[in-house]
Amino acid sequence: MLVFLLRRLAQSVFVLIAMMVVVFFGVYMIGNPVDILISPDATPAEIEETMARFGFDQPVYIQFLKFVGNALQGDLGRSFVHGEPAVQLILSYMPATLELALLGLVFSVAIGVPLGVYAGYKADRWQGRAIMTGSIFGFSLPNFWVGMLLILIFAVELRWLPSTGRGETVAFLGMRLSIFSSDGLQYMLLPALTLALYKASLVTRLARAGTQEALMQDYVKFARAKGLSETRILFVHVLKNIMIPIITVLGLELGSMIAFAVVTETVFAWPGMGKLLIDSITTLDRPVIVAYLMLTVLIFIIINFAVDVIYTLLDPRVRVRGEGV
Amino acid sequence: MSADIQIPDENDPGRLWRLASRLSAIAVLAALLMLLSGTGLPPLMARFILLIGLIILAAVLLRGKYAKFFSGPAAYVATASLLVLVVLAIFAAELSPQNPYDLRQLDIMDGRQPPGSTNFDKTMTFHLGTDEQGRDILSGILYGLRVSLSVSLVATLMAMVIGVVVGIYAAWAGGRIEAILMRIVDFQLSFPSILVALMLMAAFGRGLDKIVIALIIVQWAYYARTVRGTALSETRKEYIDAARGLGLPAWRIVFGHLLPNCIPPLIVISTVQVANTIVLESSLSFLGVGVPITQPSLGLLIANGYGYMLSGQYWMSMYPGIALLAIVAAINMVGDRLRDTLNPRLSR
Repeated sequence: MLVFLLRRLAQSVFVLIAMMVVVFFGVYMIGNPVDILISPDATPAEIEETMARFGFDQPVYIQFLKFVGNALQGDLGRSFVHGEPAVQLILSYMPATLELALLGLVFSVAIGVPLGVYAGYKADRWQGRAIMTGSIFGFSLPNFWVGMLLILIFAVELRWLPSTGRGETVAFLGMRLSIFSSDGLQYMLLPALTLALYKASLVTRLARAGTQEALMQDYVKFARAKGLSETRILFVHVLKNIMIPIITVLGLELGSMIAFAVVTETVFAWPGMGKLLIDSITTLDRPVIVAYLMLTVLIFIIINFAVDVIYTLLDPRVRVRGEGV
Repeated sequence: MSADIQIPDENDPGRLWRLASRLSAIAVLAALLMLLSGTGLPPLMARFILLIGLIILAAVLLRGKYAKFFSGPAAYVATASLLVLVVLAIFAAELSPQNPYDLRQLDIMDGRQPPGSTNFDKTMTFHLGTDEQGRDILSGILYGLRVSLSVSLVATLMAMVIGVVVGIYAAWAGGRIEAILMRIVDFQLSFPSILVALMLMAAFGRGLDKIVIALIIVQWAYYARTVRGTALSETRKEYIDAARGLGLPAWRIVFGHLLPNCIPPLIVISTVQVANTIVLESSLSFLGVGVPITQPSLGLLIANGYGYMLSGQYWMSMYPGIALLAIVAAINMVGDRLRDTLNPRLSR
């Protein structure tokens, strides 16, 4: 087990280093950030001076070694635009994204599980088929499109909810969060719903498959024989048994929620990490792009590592195969 | 699949179909190349050849193993709407009332007109309104549909070819090569595609060729994993042993015998994948890191009109949005039907 852990850890570190190389050289190949840092009519001497100040005059490999050295100390450079350390900047935008992703997860369970259970219960009837066809739309609707539609309906036409922005925030554990104030929650509702829709159709399909399988089990027959109501069987007995795989999948999907938040945040002008990334791409703010990508990769590596370890603990077959490679 | 020892039978009905499918595949490829390079036959003719070739290919595909495809109205509706959209995309230049990218045909006075209004000179009607530069939305949609469809089709096809080659090679070579290739695949698939695509587009910058490359890189691993799985189980079957026993060279076993048997599961995946690619491409374009402004896809059209939506001028992004939804839904429904047809276990 220890050998497996160490090997898996070494792999993660290797992936991180590989990503560092890819991201650094990828991002540092585009454009010349000096162009946006100083005015177009600057003298060559001024350009030289700025290049030297940011270290652009040095060979790429020296820049890379410096970058790695600083990265190991948690320093991924200073934003050209905001003038703050990039990591700090992103971390200050992170709570907004995380609370959005979390509320999105809650919504996707709240929408997906009841629909899925019902579709599984009525699998061969038109209700079940309708829900399944609907879930295709959930998969195929582009994220930004759903957001746009929701804004059009609830903000422009009905004027029930605010369209963009973040609203009032409350300080909690040193972070500014919207989720605890009713005004902030209003602003969160539409973006979180948008983010949730794709995952909700995933949950619907999982819940349906789980329910169909569970309904054939003996404990359901027994519960029916006891004369329990169908609602109670479905939402107490069946639900308990299908939640484990759903929660596992959703845990895995938290990372992809953060990635998908890029689109949703842009649509709703939600000041999170994703919006910051898009703004940084348009302004060629290299340190922020690099720092965002490195942090996201780190999050993903941690999630994948954790999942692998948990699976290994739960399922000995994975361990055997993992050691075989 | 052993074509060598099969005696050609004049009465074999499959023979004609095989011939038709091969001919139409060649015609489709040739027409596409001519359209992309702008040489050879006149574009209108090339477009007709493309359309007819695609229809024959689809007809051949939906025969035989896929004959059950048309059971129920949903399959007809999905296929018909997909066909209409493809026709609209192919003949965008001929069907649209205005070339939205020809500056001589535009008048800034026609900017942001609501649907149904006529232009300043009273010579044409904007059925779906105009955008801020006086471009007809309907024409923009038709051209955008073409960009969206062709980018995704080309990217998906090329990703499939690369993925198939890598997957089959991994399965055939085994050992260390397989381990390394599959590690790379696992590594890439552990990140969501939108994140990888964003990274790539941040590095590449905007451009049609760049987004195609990014979409290929995002997708190839998916095919590689699927094909390797199929190829691994196929290599254990007897016909491969038989081919080996006949002393055929390895490349012939792989391309002549193994490859054709790994393709069917890919048809379903690639259908759905085209839709996913359209969504991914439109998301990237919406974020401003996708196609260039000179060749807007549906996603970029939506992004262009998005700023005006809050002031009630919904048509600029709403109608391109509906077109996007229609094409994605049609492809997905066809894909879903195909999956059910191929896999009776899931058809319930």
